[in-house]
Amino acid sequence: MSEAIKKFLYLNRRAPYGTIYAWESLEVVLIGAAFDQDVSLAFLDDGVYQIVKGQDTAAIEMKNFSPTYAALGDYDVTKLYVEKESLEERGLTIDDLMDLKWEDEDEDWAEKDSIKVVSRFELARIMEGQDVVFSF
Amino acid sequence: MKFAIQINEGPYQHQASDSAYLFTKTALEKGHEIFRVFFYHDGVNNGTRLTTPPQDDRHVVNRWAELGEKYDLDLVVCVAAAQRRGIVDDGEAERNGKDATNIHPRFRISGLGQLVEAAIQSERLMVFGD
Repeated sequence: MSEAIKKFLYLNRRAPYGTIYAWESLEVVLIGAAFDQDVSLAFLDDGVYQIVKGQDTAAIEMKNFSPTYAALGDYDVTKLYVEKESLEERGLTIDDLMDLKWEDEDEDWAEKDSIKVVSRFELARIMEGQDVVFSF
Repeated sequence: MKFAIQINEGPYQHQASDSAYLFTKTALEKGHEIFRVFFYHDGVNNGTRLTTPPQDDRHVVNRWAELGEKYDLDLVVCVAAAQRRGIVDDGEAERNGKDATNIHPRFRISGLGQLVEAAIQSERLMVFGD
């Protein structure tokens, strides 16, 4: 097989707690970052709750893994698509999400936003353009 | 075509492993290649040799193992997911001080890099689960 870089998309569709899918998806993303592929993440359906800011899991005695998302930029994972309709259906806006940034070494380490809100239509187009889609 | 298979759900509770098995078996019979079958999340429970279903039901673990034997399949159980759920081989038992193992000998435990590599090396990644 060719060693060309592939386009990887991780689909995050579930709430962060209640099931382990979100956390174990993030584990794949972190390991996968070492393979130098073209990686994007998408958050849709209840998956948008994964990157809501101010998460506090003390009362449910679960590990709060949400700070890990802020480290994604250091792993060169800089494209986080959030589906607009999924936010709206849940009464959320981008202001409810964590302010996730990455530093662009090609522009003197300028801080840039990792999160991009896209429509359901645009997300379908993004999915269509991928080589590999991991669905969690 | 060269496929990678990912299974995200455990046996019996969920049909994902059955669907993946039937897909894999049919693909192989039609001459396609299966680069690797990777068991993740509760899917790691498909790799325990201690499974004992009723006699009149399919044996999900054994039939994966038999298919693996017939086609020399690489059946990989994710180590991080396995540790959480108590799926243990000799190496894991020694590392973590466990007094038993339960992995089926036709399966092996390895890292998530094996899943990513399979996705890179294959033409299609098929994910089975909800």
